[in-house]
Amino acid sequence: MTTKVVMEALSPTMEEGRLVEWKKQEGDTVAVGDVLAEVETDKAVMELVARAAGTLLKHVIEAGATVPVSDLVAVIGEPGEDVSGAAGQAGSGAAGRPAPKETQATQPTPGENRPVSMPPAPPAAAAVTAAPRPSEKPPAREGNGAQGAPARVKASPLARRMASERGMDLSAVVGSGPEGRIVARDLEGAAATASSPTAPPPRGPAAVTPLPRRPADAPYTDVPLTQIRKTIARRLAQSIGPVPTFYLTSEVDMERVVEARESLLAGQRGSGAEEKQIKVSFNDIIIKAVAMALRQHPACNSWWQDDHIRYWNEVHVSMAVAVEEGLITPVIRHADQKTLREIAGESRDLAARARERRLKPEEYTGGTFTVSNLGMLDIEEFTAIINPPETGILAVGRMAEKPVAHEGAVTIRRRMRLTMSCDHRVIDGATGAQFLRTLKGMLENPLALVW
Amino acid sequence: MATQFDVIIVGGGPAGYVCAIRAAQLGLATAVIEKDKLGGVCVNIGCIPTKALLHSAYVAGLIAHDAKDLGIEVGAVKTDYGVAMRRSRKVSEQNSKGVEFLMKKHKVTVVKGTGVVARNRTVRVGKDEYQARKAVVIATGSRVKGIPQIGLEINKSTVISSDEALFLETQPKTLAIVGAGAVGCEFADIFHAFGSKVTLIEALPRILPLEDAESSDTLTKSFKKRGITVIAGAKVKKATVAKDKVTLEIEAGGKSESIEADKVLMAAGRAVNTEDLGLQEAGVQLTDRGFIKVNQATLETTAPGVYAIGDIAGPPMLAHKGSREGVVVAELIAGHKPQPIKYDNVPSVTYCHPEVASIGMTEEQAKERKLEYQVGRFPFSANGRARTSGDTEGFVKIIRDKKYGEILGAHIVGGHASEIIHELAVARQNEYTVEEVDLAIHAHPTLSEAIAEAALDSMGRVIHI
Repeated sequence: MTTKVVMEALSPTMEEGRLVEWKKQEGDTVAVGDVLAEVETDKAVMELVARAAGTLLKHVIEAGATVPVSDLVAVIGEPGEDVSGAAGQAGSGAAGRPAPKETQATQPTPGENRPVSMPPAPPAAAAVTAAPRPSEKPPAREGNGAQGAPARVKASPLARRMASERGMDLSAVVGSGPEGRIVARDLEGAAATASSPTAPPPRGPAAVTPLPRRPADAPYTDVPLTQIRKTIARRLAQSIGPVPTFYLTSEVDMERVVEARESLLAGQRGSGAEEKQIKVSFNDIIIKAVAMALRQHPACNSWWQDDHIRYWNEVHVSMAVAVEEGLITPVIRHADQKTLREIAGESRDLAARARERRLKPEEYTGGTFTVSNLGMLDIEEFTAIINPPETGILAVGRMAEKPVAHEGAVTIRRRMRLTMSCDHRVIDGATGAQFLRTLKGMLENPLALVW
Repeated sequence: MATQFDVIIVGGGPAGYVCAIRAAQLGLATAVIEKDKLGGVCVNIGCIPTKALLHSAYVAGLIAHDAKDLGIEVGAVKTDYGVAMRRSRKVSEQNSKGVEFLMKKHKVTVVKGTGVVARNRTVRVGKDEYQARKAVVIATGSRVKGIPQIGLEINKSTVISSDEALFLETQPKTLAIVGAGAVGCEFADIFHAFGSKVTLIEALPRILPLEDAESSDTLTKSFKKRGITVIAGAKVKKATVAKDKVTLEIEAGGKSESIEADKVLMAAGRAVNTEDLGLQEAGVQLTDRGFIKVNQATLETTAPGVYAIGDIAGPPMLAHKGSREGVVVAELIAGHKPQPIKYDNVPSVTYCHPEVASIGMTEEQAKERKLEYQVGRFPFSANGRARTSGDTEGFVKIIRDKKYGEILGAHIVGGHASEIIHELAVARQNEYTVEEVDLAIHAHPTLSEAIAEAALDSMGRVIHI
């Protein structure tokens, strides 16, 4: 007789779990209560324990895979026993309908994280509770397990069709149908989420890197959403709209930037004639500093891709340029690798051609972060709207002389306010603040730019 | 001291008694006040007895016209309306007793008498006073009415309503039916089968005016083919009621015509039972059209704690719509949060032969709203099961939204249309598109296959034609 091990609901709101690591391997002997695996829920990493003794016959899912609660993850039984019957039902939702000869390991653990009212697995009789129901599976699940299945969204076929036609993200919609199912009327008020300018490429093999690393040769690293990331994304989007934004403001002392720029300009004046045209602007310096700071804070150099986050290993800074019809954001590619002079030249060229509407599409798409500057219009500080799928934008206010306490005395210094808008689905408060602090440090000590 | 209940329901028809059962299920002490028989018009003088008579009519037609073809020899066919009528009464009585049993089973108190609603959720029945702790639900329904303006006041002998038609001992030799909605068409079918010479008169341009035009046309053809005179777009100018006959002067298509009939059956218009209910005192207001004014979402009237359900709360005046309102109101009173009623998803059925069933929009309505739609059709003449039973009249028609595939409306004319329409009711309730309807495998041979084929046809992929 075999015993199925299913993904248990380890928290009250858990709908799926990511199997982080198998603690018992196939062939290992297990006793009741042994930790079989570590599972990441929407809240934390928890332990999945054995409810039956025997031999762990089969891992039905691989480490890294995400499966809905109550899906089969492993089989325990006698050594040599045939597991095809039990294991064959993986992913079919049949875990709720055990075959006659099998028992199901579903009793709750006395763990403190499990409320008594929450049946961990799907006894058919408990159909009326708010517990996730194994029989309600989306008709098709895309992606392989290791990449993390997209969050389960309950929606009517019509609502799904309308959402896909309109480019809406159903995970941001609150359902009003039976059991919270999304129905057509729920889409009436919801705005279309801006979709990314480029479709996400087909997903390759599993990239289970939990944190983005610096480039090897790929231009970016796709990282599947962790459960906590998904929960944060869903909850925040419900609260504030498709892009849950928060804002961070920091005031920067610009004295040394001013000095540095003046020396640079003085140097330029002594050199050749053509270069006289290109005067390094404060904005160029800010773009360069932003690019360098992004390299240290990859979380802010990212795209929200609905079911995963793309951390860019390249830095492409968009700069907002006001044009007659509105606004366009030409991109300075690889801004982190360019010299200030190159950035100055390129930004002048891009801005001029933007005003003449002569930019090619590839020149204003594909940015990884945006800088918007209204300082020249005497704006003290402002908040800018994120340009999806980018997750951050920096709003630059005017530079002005202000009395500040400096080295024990009130002195007049040139100060400038930076406000960063952050997509909370990707960037948390501390993450954004750390980036901003690095940026501030670079501007207050421009030598850091070449460190 | 008034007797206390949690919920008091005035009226024991399909809205009221269903509301009572649901309230009792939810643990509320419930009373129903009924002045006549439980089950209301539906069970006693509406849906149920007419369907019993329609079955007699169907069998009469089958034996008279099809038996020989089916290999059954039966001599001369003789019909007796009186016998069919008494059978229909028995069915009604059984059903009414069934409702009585259900009330007992669910411990619902039934108070016999006429309820009058007063202030503060009290209801008076004669001298007795009843107090509702939570809510009073008004479910007093509607009744037939004549058209006195043209001299057609119901006199119960020559000018009758369905109330009388259901109790006739013999069929009239000639019968004029004024009003060709569901009731008019069903009685035309019944009396024709029992040998009356029937003239069906409708003021609007076509019979079953609320149905899709194709449904109306198909039924008109079927009626005419078997010898029922159908006059649509007709205005009754004058009615002369004599002792044993009625003469109607009608004008249709610019021509005047005189129709003489032993009896006239008034099948147009119903009046809601809002009189003598104490509504004014209770603070319950009416709409311009005479229905009780309710909050569409909660069915609460202008008097807090007083609800209205069924015919009295507004159209469509259908038993199943009232029953659903009863369930929803009971749940609201018990503090639950029921799913809102989709009033655009109430099926409508006429049980004549062929049956006419529909749900959602007609093609005319889709056109009016300037929707982009695609029509899918499938005739029963191409359906195997329909051919085996020789019931090949009619079709399935599905109106599909061009962009999203939503089933905007569906119309079925044919045998058992009343039964097979529910596949589309379930589909629409769950927002399935035509594709899900097609994807569900339909057993062969069944009439329901015609639905799947119509769904396919709306996508340009019909198989069997």
